[in-house]
Amino acid sequence: MSIEQAERRRASALVAPALLWTLAFFVLPFAGMVWLSLGHLEGREVVAGPGPENYVRIFTDPSFLKGIRVSLEITLVVTVISVVLAWPLAWIIAMRVPQRWQRLALMLAVLPFWTSYVVRSYSWALVLGANGVVMQALIGAGIIDEPVQIMATRTATVIGFVHFFVMLLTLTIYSNLVQLSPNYARAAADLGASGWQVIRLVILPLTLPGVMTGAFLTFVLCIGDYITPQILGGNNELTLPQLIMLQLGRRGDFPMASALSVVLMALVTLAYAASARWLKMDRV
Amino acid sequence: MRVLGWIYLALAYGFIFLPVGALVLFSFQDGRLPVPPFNGPTVKWYADVLGDRDLMAALVNSLMVAAASSAVALVLGFLAAQGLARVALPGSVVMRGLLIAPMTVSYLIIALGLLSAFNHIGLRPSLMAAGIGHVVINLPLCFAILFAAMGAHQQNAERAARDLGASELRVLWHVSAPMLRPALLAAFFLSFTFSWDEFIIAFLLTRFDVTLPVEIWSMLRSGLSPATNAIGSLVFLVSVALLVVLEFTVFRKVRK
Repeated sequence: MSIEQAERRRASALVAPALLWTLAFFVLPFAGMVWLSLGHLEGREVVAGPGPENYVRIFTDPSFLKGIRVSLEITLVVTVISVVLAWPLAWIIAMRVPQRWQRLALMLAVLPFWTSYVVRSYSWALVLGANGVVMQALIGAGIIDEPVQIMATRTATVIGFVHFFVMLLTLTIYSNLVQLSPNYARAAADLGASGWQVIRLVILPLTLPGVMTGAFLTFVLCIGDYITPQILGGNNELTLPQLIMLQLGRRGDFPMASALSVVLMALVTLAYAASARWLKMDRV
Repeated sequence: MRVLGWIYLALAYGFIFLPVGALVLFSFQDGRLPVPPFNGPTVKWYADVLGDRDLMAALVNSLMVAAASSAVALVLGFLAAQGLARVALPGSVVMRGLLIAPMTVSYLIIALGLLSAFNHIGLRPSLMAAGIGHVVINLPLCFAILFAAMGAHQQNAERAARDLGASELRVLWHVSAPMLRPALLAAFFLSFTFSWDEFIIAFLLTRFDVTLPVEIWSMLRSGLSPATNAIGSLVFLVSVALLVVLEFTVFRKVRK
């Protein structure tokens, strides 16, 4: 046996446990879920497929179609708002805050990122409610006369999401900005570009890969999240993850929950295909 | 322009800290509701929370699940990164892709898949089941961090050790692991915080013994309460403390 073969054998032995784990607890359950989604529920019994019943229902039943639409709308709005808010924040921290304070400024900007996710959604319920800080402050300032209903609406869900993803995007965009050589901006300025033109025509395009990676992450995490819409959005319009949990809870309809999950996966895959050429996942 | 920048920064910080500020402030609320007006400070709710058996049990459960699942993910990820960084195996691109794949799938879907699979083989919901799920989500993270941290100088050192007669285990323990210490620590603590904070997998895969996020979730059903604020503030404090420790130990060294 050559040395190379021996090395290969050893390397395979090292990779094997992780691969087996991933196969047993990720690939197999996932395959099982896809198979299950092709069955359906009759009474309380799961009837094994394969048959398209669940998928036909998803794409004909208005409540499921609405769930898909609501999820996509919320996710798109959240992604766009978060990018638009996070970019200037990352830029100010990277370019305007003095060097020695930068790390502190960044850490502060993402500090609540490290609070418990459930607690963070709860805190928004706390401040957005009719008696919460926001409404009371607005009433106190004389801007509104009585509380506006924000809690248990889509607005609350979007605010909760934007809060989380602004922090995430500020991190990714910041790390992109500080990697840029200052020479690009200098060259553009030397050639007569105004400060605004430098940002718009030079720096912004250069950060596009980082922005797209962050936006894709936002999309994936947002569309798959159950907690934020459940705590803040109420039950008036349900997102896909809420519908999935509803199937599990009410009837124990695993086939339908699985089919909805497959649809969710498909949406993520579509988003990936749409943004793939800008993504540099290896740099995350 | 310059002034606008500072105003924007101030507004952004205001937005980012508004909910956390309200959370912490009203955890000291002397009254039944954590909303204005603020009635003056009391630590009653903290005493309540710390004396709550279910919450404290959930906290211990969370610590155990986080520590165990992060340790398993770290070891598996470390070994796999070692193997794949060493030689070009046939199909290493596929293997890398497979190991990273769970990162791109929603936790809810991973949880649902595991729940069906565990139901199928008759494994009941438990802390163990949730821990297995947490290894699934943290393994890609550990693998990616450690794989990225491995370099040629480290492989040379490993080869030298092996040439001098060190066994595989000794090489891993005495050469590779110490050289990768900062990355190992970073991977472990990141995994730990992810597991510690994870809700949906723990929610679906545990039943009687639950983790802290699941216990907090069940507290939310009874509406707003300063007690929830108190436990939320405590969790926040722990995370921030952990972050500060990391900042001054691991990351400082990484940057040097």
